[in-house]
Amino acid sequence: MIVVQDVHKHFGGFHAVDGASLEIAEGSITGLIGPNGAGKTTLFNVIAGVLQPTSGRVTMAGEDITGLPPHDLFHKGLLRTFQIAHEFSSMSCRENLMMVPGGQSGETLWNTWFGQKRIADEERALRAKADEVLEFLTIEHLSEQKAGEISGGQKKLLELGRTMMVDARIVFLDEVGAGVNRTLLNTIGDAIIRLNQERGYTFVVIEHDMDFIGRLCDPVICMAEGKVLAEGTLDQIKANEHVIEAYLGTGLKNKEKVGA
Amino acid sequence: MDFLNAIVALTNYVVIPAMSYGSQLALGALGVTLVYGILRFSNFAHGDTMAFGAMVTILVTWLMQSVGINLGPLPTALLALPFGILGCVALVLVTDRLVYRFYREQKAKPVILVIVSMGVMFIMNGLVRFIIGPDDQRFSDGARFIISARDFKSMTGLNEGLAIKTSQGLTVVTAVVVVAVLFWFLNRTRTGKSMRAYSDNEDLALLSGINPERVVVYTWLIVAALATVAGVLYGLDKSFKPFTYFQLLLPIFASAIVGGLGSPLGAIAGGFIIAFSEVTITYAWKKVAVYLLPERFEPDGLVQLLSTDYKLAVSFVILLIVLLFRPTGIFRGKAL
Ligand SMILES: Nc1ncnc2c1ncn2[C@@H]1O[C@H](COP(=O)(O)OP(=O)(O)OP(=O)(O)O)[C@@H](O)[C@H]1O
Ligand SMILES: [Mg+2]
Repeated sequence: MIVVQDVHKHFGGFHAVDGASLEIAEGSITGLIGPNGAGKTTLFNVIAGVLQPTSGRVTMAGEDITGLPPHDLFHKGLLRTFQIAHEFSSMSCRENLMMVPGGQSGETLWNTWFGQKRIADEERALRAKADEVLEFLTIEHLSEQKAGEISGGQKKLLELGRTMMVDARIVFLDEVGAGVNRTLLNTIGDAIIRLNQERGYTFVVIEHDMDFIGRLCDPVICMAEGKVLAEGTLDQIKANEHVIEAYLGTGLKNKEKVGA
Repeated sequence: MDFLNAIVALTNYVVIPAMSYGSQLALGALGVTLVYGILRFSNFAHGDTMAFGAMVTILVTWLMQSVGINLGPLPTALLALPFGILGCVALVLVTDRLVYRFYREQKAKPVILVIVSMGVMFIMNGLVRFIIGPDDQRFSDGARFIISARDFKSMTGLNEGLAIKTSQGLTVVTAVVVVAVLFWFLNRTRTGKSMRAYSDNEDLALLSGINPERVVVYTWLIVAALATVAGVLYGLDKSFKPFTYFQLLLPIFASAIVGGLGSPLGAIAGGFIIAFSEVTITYAWKKVAVYLLPERFEPDGLVQLLSTDYKLAVSFVILLIVLLFRPTGIFRGKAL
């Protein structure tokens, strides 16, 4: 579905993404793991059109989408969440969700003045949908609250909620689970599986929580220092020499060293 | 009776002029604040955008006057206003295409855009002077007063007269209508909401599928309309002279900053704060004092804190105070 070919992203002399190539299969839930600063978020930003790659190519279903602006990618069904939750701080949570389906009829000036009825219908449907999503995320009591005033974890949920407002094809989740409590994390996991199975969303999930990754993701891709280190099932990844060295660094290896 | 006279004098010389001047500043500051909040730079060309819109309106007004179209007691300029707005929209959109878009694509820093807008300011300034000349132009017609001082005196029997100029009444009424429509638009319509969203969090807006170029175009449309309305009202109230619009930049920016740059509500509050400060500080209070104080305390001087020549200094001082003690302004600007 998404093919990343030899993407580089340099910030000045620093190579945040340094020749990453990977493929994401349609209908999969792919995990993306790696140490802090590995370039995972940067790679997301490149794919989602927030950053221009220094070089390399990204294709979606065969179509070259390298460097397309984010709002175009949105309309092609490519969505992402932010690692640091973003929100429209002066709008209520419900309004935040209702903002998402861009390019509705209310957005042309003509319709603003003359298409009132259609807009009203659309708004009503949108509102119902937003309430449904809020309820699903167990934050319906926040619907009227300003998004700038809710807690960090709640903002994360709102991030996820945004992706549920439209019919996406592929969703990039950047640590949606970080800062969210266990029970809710399980709920989020369930939501992801359900969206994947029922609506056929493809997911790419960045997460540091191995249990979460293990429960959801197959395959798992591990990045380090801007490069893809390994790809496979979580167990394969866990057994991979390079991955252990760069990221997991379990006690196991140290024990071996001591023993030797 | 003396007390009533004092109130009337105060209303006549302070409240009414400040209300209408405040409305004009508020409309100007709204334009500045929208550009700041959505396009993220301080638009120094705003004063001259106002001058351009007003100039087009004046040219059309003259044309209408010459063929005998008029609005009776209301100024013909009101009929010409839509044409002025169209002209101003065209100018501003062309400027955006030719100049600002380039810098937007470069993701230029706001400082750079400010300097660019100064360049635009000089060009617009030259354009207006080239077309209509640097001199004072009169274009107001219709009835001069809603109530004249003489009528008021004979009506009430007071010594002091109360005059309300048509332009003043018109200014306040128009400002109220324009502001109401603007707030409805920003808070209730999808286009308005997507503008607010874009202003609040650009990255998220883009990733929510909001088309930035469309937001930019709508912003300029609204800014051009606000600028033209503000420019025409100011011209009707005082007179039209290109240089005064350039000078207006200071009180307009002071209004926007005092209220909180990026906050529409702040722009309105700021406009009235600046206007009332300017008028009260430069007003000769003797007239009011004479009525209120016992005879032996009657002031010798004019009881004027500052001569009107220094009225621009008032904006400047308020600006300094706000920047020192509450740089975000009253309404904590930044997002719409
Ligand atoms: N805009 C930027 N300018 C300069 N350097 C950047 C920028 N964005 C990211 N980097 C650098 O690129 C590297 C990769 O950052 P990135 O955010 O992609 O890491 P990550 O894999 O998402 O890490 P984490 O797990 O901590 O979220 C980091 O060393 C970071 O300092
Ligand atoms: Mg990251």
